[in-house]
Amino acid sequence: MDIKEKVKEFVTKYIQEDDLGYDVNFFEGGFVNSLFAMQLVMFIEREFEIQVDNSDLNITNFDTINHIVALIEGKKAS
Amino acid sequence: MNMLLTDEQMVLQKDFKDFVEKEVFPIADMQDHKECLEEHIVEKLADKGYLGAVISSSYGGKEWDPIVSGIMHEEFGRASTGLRSLFTVHEMVAIAIQRWGSEEQKEKWLPKMAKGEVIGAFALTEPEVGSDAKSIQTVAVHKENHFVINGQKKWITMGQIADIFLVFAKYDDKPTAFIVEGNRAGFTRKLIKGMLGFRASMGAELFFQDCEVPEENMVGKCGTGLTHVALSCLDHGRYTVACGCVGLGQACLEESTNYARKRKQFGERLINNQLIKKMITEMAVQVKAARQLCYYAGCLKMQKHSDSINETWVAKYFASTMLDKICSDTVQIHGANGCNQASRVERLFRDAKINSIIEGSSQMHELLIATNTAMTTRRTKFKPKTEEK
Ligand SMILES: Cc1cc2nc3c(=O)[nH]c(=O)nc-3n(C[C@H](O)[C@H](O)[C@H](O)COP(=O)(O)OP(=O)(O)OC[C@H]3O[C@@H](n4cnc5c(N)ncnc54)[C@H](O)[C@@H]3O)c2cc1C
Repeated sequence: MDIKEKVKEFVTKYIQEDDLGYDVNFFEGGFVNSLFAMQLVMFIEREFEIQVDNSDLNITNFDTINHIVALIEGKKAS
Repeated sequence: MNMLLTDEQMVLQKDFKDFVEKEVFPIADMQDHKECLEEHIVEKLADKGYLGAVISSSYGGKEWDPIVSGIMHEEFGRASTGLRSLFTVHEMVAIAIQRWGSEEQKEKWLPKMAKGEVIGAFALTEPEVGSDAKSIQTVAVHKENHFVINGQKKWITMGQIADIFLVFAKYDDKPTAFIVEGNRAGFTRKLIKGMLGFRASMGAELFFQDCEVPEENMVGKCGTGLTHVALSCLDHGRYTVACGCVGLGQACLEESTNYARKRKQFGERLINNQLIKKMITEMAVQVKAARQLCYYAGCLKMQKHSDSINETWVAKYFASTMLDKICSDTVQIHGANGCNQASRVERLFRDAKINSIIEGSSQMHELLIATNTAMTTRRTKFKPKTEEK
């Protein structure tokens, strides 16, 4: 499974939208609560073996599937 | 999944048990009566390295896995909830610094915290704000190269003796975490006495009046104080409280069984009475179930699994609520003897109640668990028969 699919699988565990678009903002859409933010960080760190730092903690890095994928790819590349 | 403790974990469990038997049981009641920790106990904990339980070995800590740290809380919880709470808050601060702190903060504080030279306390609750943490009224304003903090915190465990505080304040209207050293100008503390339970937890009220802290004392980023910093701390806090409840429940079970074996009424030992047996059975089963929930949450924590957060809510909720019945039955089995300060069970009964209020009350847990369950329960794809008609 590629990064995008793994992220989608995790996110749709919490947001049970049958066809959640890759650019849907789930924080603005009220799909998730603030606790989800930390669950997401833990998932990303464990699944992709990267460390999310303070400098990464911008909501815009985590609010859509595409943004999360970009964060992971950026961190893996660096 | 391995359901049994490893040899290493069992060796440490024995070490905690031995320490608690020798050093904690003899002082636990006295600490409760005096409403403070015994003078040398913190030094003894430090000598054993227990205050560095969760701190990475690169900073001089023990770096014990979550199961071992949970066992430590269980063993201390069996003897003294007040003393156990020192570990909870100290570890919460260490975890915040370790996870979200800058390299300078880690180098500065973690080695000293691991050695017990610096004690940490967690300052979130305020006189007017408890469960609704996002509404905190303490504020931080940025001025030149420092922050100026104004506000008040209440019910802060170890607030009387802590050297550093992890303080949550609104900066730019967003909850943010700061380290405030206990010797800062503009910071004062007032001890709190007369608590129902956790009487040795050295609680205090904290006052910040134009208290200046350097810029580098911010932990994490502006606005991540609750969502990331406090959440990591409270997650650990809940886990330790849950494990502590298992220890307290175990203490009730032991006290009840021992008393019922000795006490005779109507020419029979209480333990032979079927109504007493039922209470003891329920206690034994509940404590075992709570312990398993703690181990499960601990296993997930070991794997840094995102489900560890919700499984910790479940463990904390179950373990703290089961104590209401267990402690009540323990006093019941002891009759009048259980209602007097000369008996340990009176203290267990009082301490138990606090566990369903701290680190998120039972009601907050009910809301969290229900919300999470509603979010993650798979929707049924088929229509139930009733809807077909
Ligand atoms: C011994 C002890 C030690 C403590 N140590 C610390 C510490 O070290 N650091 C720290 O920051 N704080 C500490 N606290 C404070 C503790 O975290 C708070 O007591 C807790 O968060 C609950 O807040 P509150 O007491 O203000 O109750 P409130 O939030 O005022 O709630 C009162 C009651 O209403 C219920 N309630 C509130 N909102 C809702 C709702 N929406 N739906 C249903 N029910 C609701 C609650 O469950 C509770 O039963 C300590 C408290 C105690 C007793």
